[in-house]
Amino acid sequence: MKNESTSPQVPALEARRLSVALGGVEVINVPSLEVHPSEVLVVIGPNGSGKSTLLLSLALLLKPTKGSISYNGVAVEGDRAALRLRRRLAVVFQQPLLLDSSVRRNVTLGMQLRGVRKKEMESRADKWLERFGVSALKGRQARNLSGGEAQRVSLARAFALEPEVLFLDEPFSSLDAPTRQALTDEFEAILRETRVTTVMVTHDRNEALALADRVVVLMRGHIRQTGTPGEVFASPVDEDVAGFVGVENILSGRVESQSGGMASVVVSGQHIDSVSSLPTQSDATVCLRPEDITLSPETSRPGATSARNHLSGHVVRAMPMGAQVRVTVDCGVQLIALVTRRSYEDLHLEVDRPIVASFKASSVHLIPRR
Amino acid sequence: MSKQILSYRQAGGNTPKLHRHFPPHIWGIAATVLVLALAIAGCSSPAASPTTTSSTTTIAVATTTPPKPANPDIILASTTSTGDSGLMDVLLPIFQQKTGYNVKPIYVGSGQAMTMGEKGEADVLLVHAPDSEVKFMEASHGVSRKLVMHNDFVIVGPASDPARIKDVKSALDAMKKIAAASVLFLSRSDNSGTNQLELKVWKAVGIDPKGKSWYQETGQGMGATLNVASEKGAYTITDRATYLATKKNLSLDILGQGDPILLNIYHVIEVNSNKSTKINAAGARAFADFMVSAETQQTIGKYGVDKYGQALFFPDAGKTEAELGSK
Amino acid sequence: MELVFEGIGQAFWLLVSGDTAAWRVILLSLMVSGSATLISLCIGVPAGTWLALSRFRGRQVLVSLVNTGMGSPPVVVGLIVTILLWRSGPLGILGLLYTPYAMVIAQFIIALPLVTGFTMASIQQLDPSLRLQIMALGASRWQMVWLLLRETRLPLLAAVMAGFGAVISEVGASMMVGGNILNQTRVLTTATVMEVGKGNFPLAIAFGFILMVLVYLVNSLLTHVQQRSRTR
Repeated sequence: MKNESTSPQVPALEARRLSVALGGVEVINVPSLEVHPSEVLVVIGPNGSGKSTLLLSLALLLKPTKGSISYNGVAVEGDRAALRLRRRLAVVFQQPLLLDSSVRRNVTLGMQLRGVRKKEMESRADKWLERFGVSALKGRQARNLSGGEAQRVSLARAFALEPEVLFLDEPFSSLDAPTRQALTDEFEAILRETRVTTVMVTHDRNEALALADRVVVLMRGHIRQTGTPGEVFASPVDEDVAGFVGVENILSGRVESQSGGMASVVVSGQHIDSVSSLPTQSDATVCLRPEDITLSPETSRPGATSARNHLSGHVVRAMPMGAQVRVTVDCGVQLIALVTRRSYEDLHLEVDRPIVASFKASSVHLIPRR
Repeated sequence: MSKQILSYRQAGGNTPKLHRHFPPHIWGIAATVLVLALAIAGCSSPAASPTTTSSTTTIAVATTTPPKPANPDIILASTTSTGDSGLMDVLLPIFQQKTGYNVKPIYVGSGQAMTMGEKGEADVLLVHAPDSEVKFMEASHGVSRKLVMHNDFVIVGPASDPARIKDVKSALDAMKKIAAASVLFLSRSDNSGTNQLELKVWKAVGIDPKGKSWYQETGQGMGATLNVASEKGAYTITDRATYLATKKNLSLDILGQGDPILLNIYHVIEVNSNKSTKINAAGARAFADFMVSAETQQTIGKYGVDKYGQALFFPDAGKTEAELGSK
Repeated sequence: MELVFEGIGQAFWLLVSGDTAAWRVILLSLMVSGSATLISLCIGVPAGTWLALSRFRGRQVLVSLVNTGMGSPPVVVGLIVTILLWRSGPLGILGLLYTPYAMVIAQFIIALPLVTGFTMASIQQLDPSLRLQIMALGASRWQMVWLLLRETRLPLLAAVMAGFGAVISEVGASMMVGGNILNQTRVLTTATVMEVGKGNFPLAIAFGFILMVLVYLVNSLLTHVQQRSRTR
């Protein structure tokens, strides 16, 4: 994969030629994956892409069919070694999965299994319940907690284990939106502070953007792309990844001219400029995020903006989505733009209204096609 | 995503394993626990204490320590009437005290008792079905057969006596009248001695009651059949002992008695030890001898006098069937 | 109706007067059914856990067997155990027929599918991810099984109640393999049946009443434990 770390550091966790088959069908096939000390690696991918299976394998909860997993450069072999290592990791699942006992007992259980001394156990439990804002619930029965409370206890339980690597499998996705937002923010702060090596799986790209040092895109069991969130979100390597990371305008075109890193692509007769080094006459997939498109009235043709591309057209459809509106425009090519509700109203973007769609050349990402 | 884990687990076979399995030694542990628990149940059960006294009838027994036979367990297959009448509750503690044998009485119909003897599942029988007994002996299923006692069968029915049999002298005529009047008659139909006697009587009067609307089969013991007869206002044939012992809860009167054909004769039979290696021949012999001993015969003769004003059984040891006047 | 009151009165009299035979009958009932339940727990809980947690060829067959066994008529179990324990039967050499052991065996066979089935069901109703979470906390295989059983302790108490309730109130098998021998294998149910046979209804009602009180006491004890751990 690209973006191999150049640091001489031994990876905290490393998978080689990893393959897991369930019921005879290969679910994941990962030739190589490294997690560096203190980094937050987020695995994203659509449902059924094998994310959870990958996480379970890395966390030594599922024996891979083939391949090896190494911690700090040492391959894990055998059940005993796996158990020993599991006692240095922590996993948080989508559901809180608390046991039917008190909150305190839930937090101390894992430490007890790992032979942490009683006093130490109590002080760590107190510290982490406090940190996640649930120390008042210490004496309560876990079954009486709300979903948000329970997930906070579950996170406190994981952090109290002081794991070498923390695994999270969609930890916020079963929470309601306000709870999720609050908890994600707190969690991010704690993650930055502890610098614990973290592997997280999510289908929510906003979570990935917020938390990840590095993003791995997993699709149909294969790693499609690895990179910083900026790289992956701005420059997806193929259409599938582009689609998954939120590029809604995916068009096919052909590079017509190339001069000093600026390519001019023809898409359905329209010329689009893109910052790209693709040579002339090559086929390309044009990627353009809807939030990178600005809409303005036909009459006031703007010359002062840095946008190089201006396409005239008219509104085909407008669909409100919360604070924003998804507007589909026809400029010879169909484009989807995301505008605020405010500008939607100011511009009177009703159907058939003529408009100009503008976007920077640097917002246009070209993927070479064969 | 746990869905994948599930579907994987259902797959089995050459799939990766979760880090778990059960080591085989769990069965060893389980077996040990089983043996221990059985031992506890056994030790604390009162099985091996032949000196215990019965509560329903308190008897004074000598407090000398009983002898300890080599093979102390005897299975006695005995007719229900000896159990339901309470006679065995009196006799068995005496026998156990005297000889140290631990008798397990299994109260079944005479027919089943003889089947148990035939299979070697019982060591000694106390039965009252003379015709079957003779065949049993002829087939050498038993080694000795001794007359122990008799009482008699009686025909009982509701006090209103719808078939008007009360003043009929002969039991055969009484049965004919019941059939003619089509009044409900209950048969035990369990191949017991009582049932065999009943069928013998029907045969003697030339009536085949099977399938008749007034003829019903209970398939139960004497006590239960008497209860049903009492509830339904039906006639039935019973041994006098069981009738007397349970009379207080019944609304049934004796409506026919005294015919020689109604004689109820009990024999003790020692089962042939070639039936099974487990036959306790010595124990069977000891029990048979006990039943015909003078002392036991005296106890039998007195049993029930205090409670019912009359004896339930008449001791007959040493006599022959002919002397009793049957046949 | 009079009979019922007479019977209940007699029940109290039997208990208060310390009637040896009656107390023996009660104790033997508890002994036999208690041991049978205990042994079926020792085997049924691991077996149920194993059936719930593992996947192998033939598992479906075993599960169906357990489910069938949960509804198997005790009298059939009694018949089969009797035939096995006959002197002429394959286990005749043990000489167990008409002993409390035989009754324990028969009742154990009756209770085992109940306990196994209840255990299996209560473990299967847990979230399958819980197993992964417990393993992730650092539990070894046995620690995981123990923690899972702890999670199912309330349904497991129901298994105990179901098993004990089934065997102590069972009559067919006990009568057949025990023989209802006074002071040896006479338990509350067989004594009740016998007294009915004798037409001795007050005593039958007395035994029946004692049996019901006993079942009530055991169940309310277990229910008490269950409720306490629920609200703790």
